[in-house]
Amino acid sequence: MSDKIRVATTSLAGCFGCHMSFLDIDERLLKLAELVEFDRSPITDIEHCSDCDIGLIEGGVCNAENVHVLREFRKNCKILVAVGACSINGGLPAMRNHIPLEECLNEAYIKGIGVENPQIPNDPELPLLLDKVYPIHEIVKVDYYLPGCPPSADVFWTFLTDLIEGREPSLPYELVHYD
Amino acid sequence: MSETITIDGKEIPFKAGQTIIEAATAAGVYIPHLCHKPGYKPHGSCKLCTVNVNGRRCSACTFPAATGQAILNKTQELEDNRRKITQMLFVEGNHFCPSCEKTGNCQLQGVAYYLAMKDNHFPHFFANRELDASHPDLLIDHNRCIFCNLCVRASQEKDGKNVFAISGRGINKRLIINSKTGLLKDSDIEVNDCAVQVCPTGAILEKRKGYSTPIGQRIYDTQQIDQVSLTQETVYE
Amino acid sequence: MKEFIQKQFEKNHLQSVKLLSILREIQAEFHFISKDAIEILANLLKIERTQIISVVEFYHFLSLEFRGKYEIFLSDSITDHMLDKQSLANYFAKKLGVKLGQLRGDGLVSLDNTACTGMCDQGPAGLINGYAITQLSKPRIDEIVSLIEQQVPVEDWSKEIFKVADNICKTDLLLTEEISQGSALQNTFKQGLTETLAEINLSGLRGRGGAGFNTAMKWQFCSQEKETARYVVCNADEGEPGTFKDRVLLNQYAHQVFEGMTLCAAIIGAKAGFLYLRAEYLHLYSKLEAILANRRDNNLLGKNILKQGVDFDIEIRLGAGAYICGEESALIESLEGKAGIPRNRPPYPVVEGYLNKPTVVNNVETFLAAAKIALIGGQAFANLGTKQSTGTKILSISGDCEHRGIYEYPFGTTINTILNNCGAKDVLGIQIGGPSGTFISNQEFDRVIGFEDLATGGSFIIFNQQRNILDSVRNFTDFFVDESCGFCTPCRVGTSLLKKQLDKIVDGHGSAGDIVALEEICQLVKNYSHCGLGQTAANPILTTLQRYPEVYQKQLKAISYEPGFDLNASLAPARKLANRDDAGAYLAQVED
Repeated sequence: MSDKIRVATTSLAGCFGCHMSFLDIDERLLKLAELVEFDRSPITDIEHCSDCDIGLIEGGVCNAENVHVLREFRKNCKILVAVGACSINGGLPAMRNHIPLEECLNEAYIKGIGVENPQIPNDPELPLLLDKVYPIHEIVKVDYYLPGCPPSADVFWTFLTDLIEGREPSLPYELVHYD
Repeated sequence: MSETITIDGKEIPFKAGQTIIEAATAAGVYIPHLCHKPGYKPHGSCKLCTVNVNGRRCSACTFPAATGQAILNKTQELEDNRRKITQMLFVEGNHFCPSCEKTGNCQLQGVAYYLAMKDNHFPHFFANRELDASHPDLLIDHNRCIFCNLCVRASQEKDGKNVFAISGRGINKRLIINSKTGLLKDSDIEVNDCAVQVCPTGAILEKRKGYSTPIGQRIYDTQQIDQVSLTQETVYE
Repeated sequence: MKEFIQKQFEKNHLQSVKLLSILREIQAEFHFISKDAIEILANLLKIERTQIISVVEFYHFLSLEFRGKYEIFLSDSITDHMLDKQSLANYFAKKLGVKLGQLRGDGLVSLDNTACTGMCDQGPAGLINGYAITQLSKPRIDEIVSLIEQQVPVEDWSKEIFKVADNICKTDLLLTEEISQGSALQNTFKQGLTETLAEINLSGLRGRGGAGFNTAMKWQFCSQEKETARYVVCNADEGEPGTFKDRVLLNQYAHQVFEGMTLCAAIIGAKAGFLYLRAEYLHLYSKLEAILANRRDNNLLGKNILKQGVDFDIEIRLGAGAYICGEESALIESLEGKAGIPRNRPPYPVVEGYLNKPTVVNNVETFLAAAKIALIGGQAFANLGTKQSTGTKILSISGDCEHRGIYEYPFGTTINTILNNCGAKDVLGIQIGGPSGTFISNQEFDRVIGFEDLATGGSFIIFNQQRNILDSVRNFTDFFVDESCGFCTPCRVGTSLLKKQLDKIVDGHGSAGDIVALEEICQLVKNYSHCGLGQTAANPILTTLQRYPEVYQKQLKAISYEPGFDLNASLAPARKLANRDDAGAYLAQVED
């Protein structure tokens, strides 16, 4: 194994916007690639986490699958980071939280406009939805939070370089945003 | 010789009848706050302005300045706890900043940024709150109300009306509207009322005005709330 | 309805300060405050409808929704639970065919919980249409259900159902004998007002509500105010769970209490006074009115009292269910017909109280003691008790002991003595001063009652070894969630967070960091809340965590983190909707 820092990333109930923003570090990606190696991530297509130093979680927890993935990350990552508004407070998906799940599913699969062959999907392959969308800190212990929708590329860069270079990560005022 | 207090060791003059926060603001010292606004009757409910006066915690917005007060304001302990109180407000309501028209210009956000709040820390309540979009020009999103009472006071003290009240008790507090139907459209509120403009969060909004300022140019994009607050609020001196 | 409201309005002298009284009448008559009623009332009183709504929503016994012809509330104090309240509540609900917290389909009856009704010595207790019921049992419930089903008006029910015992178990200086009517006032006028205040000062009397402010000093401050319209208020909003002494004092010693108020009025120069009586003590109302009338007849109230040129009268104002109104500035707000939200201080009530005029607010027991002191002199009182806590204290003793009831002891009495007297055995610990007070363990029974050691408003709940401390902590924490007025952030949100975090631990979902997280919330609520309620709301947790950390530790799991909610249950709605039962349709609470 190389002595590079191993980083895993995933998007739970998110939109991949945080991942897109991460890629916006542009040419700094090359520098980063010298320092880190990616484990499970949409970038690598590795399916399961092995031992990692840092796990970046985008998105909140909306279904059973999210719970399993989140636990896998917590188990394997020394440092777990909630990335973006959705992982921190459920974000926009959590705006369904005051609507009973039954109403949500009825609207989507039974009564909605243009629905053909109305039925609520029941394939065991599909993860079941939780009653609410939860922030990840309500399911597992979280070590750091990167706010933003998405956090800017500079947030990722500052945070990761701080960590890699052994500093306690800290974001200057301009980088703390909830939108 | 005018009378003075000290805040974090700095000597600050005050006039008789001034509260601690009034004296501080006049002297260019920021004390975080949300329910306080110069020119309005002090309320003392958000508790963000809690300072330590001679060893005792007091709300700076209601406590009178008096000679001999040694006040602690910007200490680690107070800032940490102010952050936690702010986090309480965030988990109590439903504050989804990316979908809020007030984002970037919101005082709740501004204070949270100032206090370097990165997460909501506590479990969320995900309270079931209503939206009142009945009014042609205005909107109330109860998800974002923090019960600062400013709209209540603005309507009474500035607009000469009585459009709002805080009702309920405990965690079931709610903002109510003074109309027969309980809807905003049937109240006598108008767009230019102070009660509309005063809302520190995105709970009371003008319709069709959202997201008008580009990201990067909004109030708290460029300035921290202490600077904004001191610039705006010393005007009342 | 319009006529009824008009009548109430006239009866209450067209005053908006009487809003609470008027709303109580409307609730009693119609069992809710309808939108129409609000509009009519707003017009008559010339106040905003929002003010009325906010008052209705604030008080437990007022409701915007119809509560049924029979409104039943069950006292939810820990002392009721120790007397098997839960199974009786279930029995009651089953017999009535209604769920706790709901109105029955036919609109005849509703059943709900309410905070301690002050009958801890004779629970399980409750209220029916505002009137206290005690010693609930299955036969008693059968009887009540049958009366309700037959729709017999509550006025026609057997008096036995509403019987309230005094249970005075031990008397001392104050309770041995009530002073003879007018004697303290006569002595006051004889020796002079200033001299009487000096006697009270000499007595060292401190407020009996719990905070212990020097009484003579309070009266003196008030009398020195420039403003000459002044008020005397007797705080009979005895809401601290586990205390019921004021109920007994007002049932047996009301003359002396009123006499104490009257001499206070003479000393501070007040013309008007109020007895703020908690709603739960409605059963005392007419008796107290009769005593006031009697005192007017005997020239002990009204114009030119005892021909000494002093005018003073007392009005009884009933609360409507809100613990917070025991806080003096919240009580004053309530007297003014508003929601009971504690005011910012300064100014203090002695400077700006009722209608912003100088006001003395004292506890029932304080006025009782003041009357005695005016009669026997300050030294005789100060001879009892300790240096910092003179005189005697009346305790309400409940929980696990043979003789529950009222006990009067000189301050400085040890807990051991008290436990011996009331027949408590095998004691685990005692909640002293109610939920807002302190839980002491059986290692501390040589401590004494007094401001310098165990200060108390009088609540004294005994727990034996069979009790689980966490049951009481949970009950008390729930109590504060329900009773927080919601004004300030730390208490409004913090009490609910305390509940969530405590439930997480007690329900076995806690792990290593959860006790630290609990303490963190405790400190925030305690140190940053606006008033005494919030500042003491974490006491049940803090005082037990300090003494029994192992009880909390035992609840924890040896894992790093567990969700505070039931993960698998949160899949239940989806499981049902998708009609799935495969392994993937379930989640373990903790990862394997």
